[in-house]
Formats: sequence, C-alpha cells, structure tokens
Amino acid sequence: MKLVAVVKRECPTCSLVEPVLKQLDTSPGIELTVFTQDDPTFPTGVATVTFDGDLDYSYHHDIETVPTLISLDGDDAETDRIAGWSREAWERFTGVGELGPELPDHRPGCGSLSVDPALVDELRARFESHRLSARRVELADLEDEMEALFDRGWTDGLPVVPPTERRVLRMLEGTSRAPDEIVAVVPPDLVECTVEKVAINAVLAGCAPEHLPVVLTALEAACTDEFNMHGLLATTMPVGPVLIVNGPIRRRIGMNSGINVLGQGNRANSTIGRALQLVIRNVGGGRPGGVDRATQGNPGKVSFCFPEDEEGSPWEPLHVERGFAPEASTVTLFPGEGPRGMVDQLSRDPDSLARSLAACLRTVQHPKLPMVFDAILVVGPEHGRVFREAGWSKAQVKQRLHELTLLDGAEIVRGAGGITEGVPEWAKDAQLPKFRPDGIVIVHAGGGAGLFSTIIGGWANGETGSQPVTKEIVG
Amino acid sequence: MTSRVLDPTSERTPGHREQLARPETLAGLKVGLLDISKARGNVFLDRLEELLTARDATVTRFAKPTFTKPAPIDLRHEISTTCDVVIEALAD
Repeated sequence: MKLVAVVKRECPTCSLVEPVLKQLDTSPGIELTVFTQDDPTFPTGVATVTFDGDLDYSYHHDIETVPTLISLDGDDAETDRIAGWSREAWERFTGVGELGPELPDHRPGCGSLSVDPALVDELRARFESHRLSARRVELADLEDEMEALFDRGWTDGLPVVPPTERRVLRMLEGTSRAPDEIVAVVPPDLVECTVEKVAINAVLAGCAPEHLPVVLTALEAACTDEFNMHGLLATTMPVGPVLIVNGPIRRRIGMNSGINVLGQGNRANSTIGRALQLVIRNVGGGRPGGVDRATQGNPGKVSFCFPEDEEGSPWEPLHVERGFAPEASTVTLFPGEGPRGMVDQLSRDPDSLARSLAACLRTVQHPKLPMVFDAILVVGPEHGRVFREAGWSKAQVKQRLHELTLLDGAEIVRGAGGITEGVPEWAKDAQLPKFRPDGIVIVHAGGGAGLFSTIIGGWANGETGSQPVTKEIVG
Repeated sequence: MTSRVLDPTSERTPGHREQLARPETLAGLKVGLLDISKARGNVFLDRLEELLTARDATVTRFAKPTFTKPAPIDLRHEISTTCDVVIEALAD
C-alpha cells in the first residue's frame, strides 16, 4: 500500500505522530513517503522524506490540515485521505494495528502552511500566474508606482490600485468563471473582454474579490443592445450607467443601503460602479474627449452604484417587480444622470406627497419635454412611511404619478411661458405623458431621518435609446 | 524594486493605417451621404447633395435607424461596397 503523509514540525500533532510514521515505514506492505513543510530533518526514522519547502506538493494536493495521510493506487492516483490523528482512523486507513499505543486516542491537526493566510497570495502567484494571459508591464525602478499608472492613462483621474499578479489572482477567487471566458463585447472599440480583464480593472477600482460577480454581471448588462452602452457613452448628455443591486448579495458583500446611500464611505458601493467604468475606459477604449462626448458629464460617471433597502421598504423590491425571485441577486442598470434631492417635509397624506413628487419629476431634463426621459425615484424611508401607513402599493404610487405628470399641450408647446423649448405646435391641444408607461423606476433607500427622496433622470429612453436592464448575478 | 503589473487595456497595438489618397475630383465618383437621423440633419444633407451633384458626383443617401446607436453592420457594408467616398456627419 502506497501512503503519503504531509507534516510540519511546528505542528504538535505532527510531532506526536512521529513514532507512528516510523512504525508505518517499517510495516510490511507499506510504502511511505513523507512530505515535510518546514524542516527537512523532520520526522526522523522515516526512509523517504521530501522537503516541501516551496509547498508545491501541499498546494497542488489541496492540503488544508497537517498531518494528512493519503493513500495512492498503483498509478499514484489518490484514493482516500484522512487528516489529524485518530488511532482508530489511522489503523483502519492503513490496515496496520497497534499504532502509537502510548499516544492519546485522537488529536486534531494544525493548519497546513499552504493555506496560511499570510502565504496564500504569494503561493497563488507562484503556482497559478500561468492562468493569466494579460501583457505584463514592468515598471522601472525609479518610477513611482502610482504615478506610472496615471501616466499610462489607466485611471479615471483618481488613484488606482496597481494590478499585480497577486492581486489579480486574489480577485479571480471571487468568481468560479475561468479567466479566459469572454464576458461581453465592450464598446466603443467592440473588444471581446475576458473575466481576467474585468478582474484587472476591478483591482484598479479597489474592489474586493466578493464584488467581482456584480461587476461581471453589470458589464454583461451594459453591453446588451437594449442598454446601448455605446450610445450612453457617446451622447453629449450628462449620463452614465447607474447600478442598483438587489437580493441577498447586498448584505453578503456589505453594501450600504442606509445613511448616505448615494454618497461616499462604503467600499462596495464606491468601487463596483467604478470598475465597470474602468472596463469601458481601458478595455472598450471609451474616454472623455474620444467617443465620450458628454458636454458636461456628472460625478456619477466615476462610479454610481447602490443597493435597495429591501428590508425597510413598504413595497416589493425592484428585482421582484422586474420578474426575479426574491432570493435572486440582481443588478439593474439604468442610464442616468446625477442624483437631485427632493424635499417635502409637510405632506403626511399620500396624495399630497405624490403631488410633490410629481411636481419635481415633471422637471426631469426640462419641464416642457415629455415622453423621452425615464427617471428613478429613490424614495427615502420617511417618505416611504407615508405611503406604507396609507396602504399605497408601488403600482398605485406609479399610477398616481403618471396621472399627475400628464402634461397639458398648451403649457408645454414651443413658446409657452415665454420659453422657446417645448413640443411642436401640433401637440398644443393634446395631453402628453411626461413618462413612458414603464418610465418611472421606484426604489427604496436611505437613512431613517429626513423627509426626502431623490430623483435620477434618464436620457433618450426606449427602443431607440437605452432601456434599463436587469440581470441575475451568478458566480 | 521593479514591480510588474498586468495591462488593463485591450492590448490593441494600434496598427499603422495609411490614409487613402484624396480624390483629385469628385466628378464621376459615387458619394454616400449618411444621415445619422438627428433632427434637421436632412436639411444640411439636402444642400450638400445639391452642391455635390453640381460637381458631377453621383450621390446616394443612407440613414441610420436611430442616432443613439452605431450604424448597423449591414448598412456599413452597403456603404463600403457601393460608394467611393462617404460623408458622415455628427449633428448638434
């Protein structure tokens, strides 16, 4: 019987079983090889000891605990393994009786050096960098690392995290997808973008590995014909992708849906949207002044990502409304501008509040321009409470907002109110809806205090422009 | 210490692309005019067509279905295979 034992001297259980290994080595029919991680002279009394100082064997055989005892077949393929010390288990495993009679019956093992958190990044880079196919860029000794990344045009104007092999391999631990898998064809250069390239840009953006699946899914959504990322990038309007995250992943990756939800301070909120924008910039080639023709832009084009506060919401969450199961995690991309505040501190009945919201929604892009621009309405918890206490469903709120944003042609025709902008003369006797039938997107988020909501206006929405797109986040 | 990072870009080394020689004259050439479908672009292109026709060019008009999206590949193919010269203009 061929056996392999993996041990390290600093593990008390390994020292404990040293005489047992010696006993096995001299047992008839047993062919034992010991791999020792930290001391080539340990254990004594065994003929075949291999020093696994670079942890090659341990890493590639997924050793998590020492001692681990592995049985091999005639072709040296593993047939079984046990970890730690248990006399009964070792005797059953090896078929040898009376093992270590003076030892305690059992002792748990210790962590293998190959899974030591302080070593694991280095080991991954040592043994798995061949999985990465991106071009390596050597930075010269005298180059400041951070400045070098600015100089190469890889940043959005803020510092980025240098994408070393260690960091990119660690980032890839966040997904089960292969590094060379194509995620999407990224505009404007229409480049096939791999999981690896997304991971590199996620490192630049400051993401943690658990954020990567959201970034991957957001990129898939952005690069659909419906979302039309090319148009969103190329337009002169001040818009970019706005990401709304729903489902259990929000909590799992520690996103903030409460106080300052649309602001700074939370790593996942701040970096996921940035990673998407850096992929568009670096892989797709979409840069301001190039294909990005925004007249003024908005700060959300650096990063704009937030989760819905589902737990505190009076309504079903956005992803459920859009046809996904409550337990699904999704990201919804909306083509939007920067957020604008909306204040109503006096309305306590739902119709009054709806009228307030409608009055503000009417001004999206221009109060005299109907049917072109969608909007997200981020309802704050204190406004949400007014609707909850009155028993208004989300559908009811939307219906009322559509009624209240029906525009009178005479008021929005060109020239009306002394303003040249407006609809053509033929529409002056018509009633025109401000929004398309599904053009108001309602989500619930924010801190507990403040009778405020937020409006995020859209751009050319609909089939000839951009549609909001929701995708389920998988691995 | 020298550090090594991974390239976050598409790694497309821009190949050197020679510009086509400018035609000496438009007379006898097939000129495509691509309307990107922004409001009043047709007014500009109508006038351009008059001017080009007066110079003995043969003008063919094309239009994108919507200005917000890139021209469909079939349209690009049609233009590139039927025209000698194309004028594509961005509105605004």
